[in-house]
Amino acid sequence: MIKKGTWVEIEEIVLTTEDRAKNIPEETKKTPLKCWIRGNCLSDCKIGDEVEVETNVGRISKGKVVDVEPGYYHSFGKYVGEIGYIGKQAREIISK
Amino acid sequence: MNKYEELILRKNEIMLKSVGINFDKYETGKLSFDYEGLMRDIGYSFQEIREIQTEVGVGNTPLLELKNITNLARKVSKTGKAARIFVKDESCNPSGSFKDRRASVSVYDAMKKGYKGVAAATSGNYGAAVASQANIRGLKCIIANECYDSKKVGQPEIIEKGRKCEGYGSEVVRLTVGPELFYTYLKMLEDTGYYNASLYSSYGVAGVETLGYEIAEQCREKLGKDPTAVVITHAGGGNVTGTARGLIKAGTTDTKVIGASVDLSGLHMASDIDFNKKSFTTGHTGFGIPFMTNPDRSDVPRSAARPLKYMDRYVTISQGEVFWMTEILAQLEGLERGPAGNTSLASAFAIAQEYDDDEIIVVQETEYTGAGKHLLPQLNFAKENGIEIYIGDPKEQVPGKNIVLPSHPSLVSVTDMSMEDLRNSYLRNAFKKLKENKVEQVDVNFLSEETKMSKEEIMEILKKNNIEIG
Repeated sequence: MIKKGTWVEIEEIVLTTEDRAKNIPEETKKTPLKCWIRGNCLSDCKIGDEVEVETNVGRISKGKVVDVEPGYYHSFGKYVGEIGYIGKQAREIISK
Repeated sequence: MNKYEELILRKNEIMLKSVGINFDKYETGKLSFDYEGLMRDIGYSFQEIREIQTEVGVGNTPLLELKNITNLARKVSKTGKAARIFVKDESCNPSGSFKDRRASVSVYDAMKKGYKGVAAATSGNYGAAVASQANIRGLKCIIANECYDSKKVGQPEIIEKGRKCEGYGSEVVRLTVGPELFYTYLKMLEDTGYYNASLYSSYGVAGVETLGYEIAEQCREKLGKDPTAVVITHAGGGNVTGTARGLIKAGTTDTKVIGASVDLSGLHMASDIDFNKKSFTTGHTGFGIPFMTNPDRSDVPRSAARPLKYMDRYVTISQGEVFWMTEILAQLEGLERGPAGNTSLASAFAIAQEYDDDEIIVVQETEYTGAGKHLLPQLNFAKENGIEIYIGDPKEQVPGKNIVLPSHPSLVSVTDMSMEDLRNSYLRNAFKKLKENKVEQVDVNFLSEETKMSKEEIMEILKKNNIEIG
């Protein structure tokens, strides 16, 4: 159970495949235009429920709950061996 | 007519309410419009814009000389010569990019006109800039973001930008790929009555003029002369247009305006598959070319960004070369910036080698670096999406297939795009908008200004296309 007031992410289908723009590539046209909005849910709910949320600016939006307290997991990631030479090589060239 | 088409029909009406500009009044001939009139009517003088920006800590960023990078350019230059390379460290602006200049005037105008909030459709640094400026001016903010493919996999760079906007307390609307971002955006403007802080409005572009002006001022003060060239990362055209207008306002006459974009040829910007095959989400040819050859394709009826009118030269460079330069900037100059903003720097490194040692080349922006927004996450993401990364000759690059890091600095080069082809393509797009094969004299003048072609040349092309001048 997700308690009323919890920060959640909801998903909404903005345009179905029929309603999409005509001049877009086929692979995109085959998929609906989806949108995700975050806000505090206005009622108790569970993942998959339709719920209303109040966003940061106070807008009310409705959609299917897909995430609870969505975080930020992007990072710098793993070491990338391919770039190791760049600084060393350049320093060597300018020191000559 | 489907839902999308119905709303698009009401575009001008929604725009009028959301930005307070009646674009119809600037229409003159069959194709032309009064561009200078549109720019003048923002109602703030250049001096007032400088004050608006100073008040919120925007602008007056340092112009740094990149001595080690210049030295490297001279070591690998075929002639042994290279111009001195300077960079305008725009990451020093409040939200970390030159986009604060662009946002500052719009948000100020929104406040003055009594709007409760501002909105912008952007996946780039501009969102953070609008969000930051909105906070300073006490307004609410919504940012619409093209963020994910249909599997909800997002570009690390865009995910970071969404985080930053939320960090400022904005509402972020995250969407799957497609130009109908604009549909959602229009609907939002209509629902909220917020101000449309469009990247392409006259306010946005006027805000960038201070950047070009400062470059001229700083060069004269520091070096006693104007730069030979200013290299500008080009996407939607506002950066080139605003900077060039600022240089002109400062009285420069011989400074070349060079646009630079990352070559993403072959990748479709609205493709659900290609979306995550690219490692640059801005500053690339996917925006650069269409916005140059058809500038009025943006979220305002008439774009204030007219890149073709101001650009002297347009070059492209590969993703691998820009990543390489991002690493060089950190390693040789102690500046972690970019990556996308370093498109112009990587290009300047190659272009500087065409010039003499006493000449000056200015790279007019940097942007902040962070998680997701750095060459490591971008390269890791590329690998996850099946892109091959290797060290070799960047000329072997195929966007969406590989990223080639230059095995030696001497291999870093730019490719010149034919300005003539771009101008002709602009004219073809313009002619498509004609309802009948007829233009007026005012259109001839307009097309000549827009393309930097002579009126005679324009008239000849019109004749070839069986278009009458009435």
